[in-house]
Amino acid sequence: MGATMSDRAETFARVAELIAPFNKKGATLGEDTTFAGDLEWDSLTVMDFVAAIEDEFDILITMNMQAEIDTVGQLVDAVETLKA
Amino acid sequence: MSGDPKDLFSKFDPLIAERQALLDSGVRDPFSIVMDEVRSPTLALIQGRETILLGTYNYMGMTFDPDVVAAGKKALDDFGAGTTGSRVLNGTYQGHKEVEAALRDFYGTAHAIVFSTGYQANLGMISTLAAKGEYVIIDADSHASIYDGCFLGDAEIVRFRHNSVEDLDKRLGRLPPEPGKLVVLEGVYSMLGDIAPLKEMVAVAKKHHAMVLVDEAHGMGFFGKHGRGVFEEAGVEADVDFVVGTFSKSVGTVGGFCVSNHPSFEVLRLVCRPYVFTASLPPSVVATAATSIRKLMHAAPKRAHLWKNSRRLHQGLRELGYQLGTADAQSAIIAVILPDQDRAVRLWQALLEGGLYVNLARPPATPAGMYLLRCSLCAEHSDDQVGQILAIFEAAGKAVGVI
Repeated sequence: MGATMSDRAETFARVAELIAPFNKKGATLGEDTTFAGDLEWDSLTVMDFVAAIEDEFDILITMNMQAEIDTVGQLVDAVETLKA
Repeated sequence: MSGDPKDLFSKFDPLIAERQALLDSGVRDPFSIVMDEVRSPTLALIQGRETILLGTYNYMGMTFDPDVVAAGKKALDDFGAGTTGSRVLNGTYQGHKEVEAALRDFYGTAHAIVFSTGYQANLGMISTLAAKGEYVIIDADSHASIYDGCFLGDAEIVRFRHNSVEDLDKRLGRLPPEPGKLVVLEGVYSMLGDIAPLKEMVAVAKKHHAMVLVDEAHGMGFFGKHGRGVFEEAGVEADVDFVVGTFSKSVGTVGGFCVSNHPSFEVLRLVCRPYVFTASLPPSVVATAATSIRKLMHAAPKRAHLWKNSRRLHQGLRELGYQLGTADAQSAIIAVILPDQDRAVRLWQALLEGGLYVNLARPPATPAGMYLLRCSLCAEHSDDQVGQILAIFEAAGKAVGVI
């Protein structure tokens, strides 16, 4: 029972909203936008942002999982999997 | 294949350039200080100038205690310069057993294991206790040795917001109930000198059936009735499963340890890699540590003087107009917060030229990207010295224009 496209689009939109306050550079957000490269986030920003995502979706993204997530699209996929 | 190899150092070029730019501005390198002579726990000769030491973590001033020094000399004579071996092979001498006995007596626990550094104690305990599929839950502001202990192990790592009981509770609540869980806390967080709300945090950890490890590196010696640490003062001794500590702060030498009442604790000597695969501490070091730990059991007047120093420095710096890491003196660390690297380094240098050494701390070691001048007090700082320290801070702060 995979998530429908509209579920995923909704998650993407919500993730984008949560990125906004941390998007100091005003980078355009797409599936391939990277946190370290395009958004230039340091580890402290990542910590604050991940905590916000976890609380929003009532999930846990372990540091082990975070290490595998480079792009916004990968994060949205991870959120979809974790809340399933 | 031909041609030059890809230079693995090129990734450090930005840091090298940043450091060079800082040095080119005419300041001294804050990370290359040499103590040419050390005259006491609170005084050293740096570039020909007698300097008050206010950044050593030598909280209880045990480094020059005559009994401690004598014990080290005797062990050096009787047992030689080093063990040249692992604790599990030829590296356990009578002195290693004696320092573990001193720790058991100091903490009132059934077990104590000594590592070669405090860093290795955290590496060993965290990486060994939590295995693949289990969880380690850590504070976001944890010391590098806690993070590295996580990276050395195979467990899943979860972080919570610094000192937030609610955040810890929420994250533990989201974990599956079956796997083992280790919550790692620190009594004192060494960057800002703030203490953890251990009573509430340990209660939350127990509610979720997690084991608890508390690192008391910066709390041993002067918190709680027996000087065991913040966890003793918080009254949670019965619920803390493991206490990690170091000999390189209040004890006054080098080494790390963990104490516990867990009935299976001794198995760590066989399975804990940072314990097994390294040489044990030299005989002189374990002899000084054992003597110092036993003296720290009866150090109430020193503890009282340390707290007096800490409160006086905190109040004095606040009155001078400095922004500090905590609202009151919570520990023996007082952190002065500076707005940027330039002013932090210039104030650091002005203090040094005035005859005062403090630690400069910068990201990524600091939380929230802060630049700090970190002061750590010693029970051997005299009232006169604390007065001099405040006078130096006043003159330097005004000269640099930060107060």
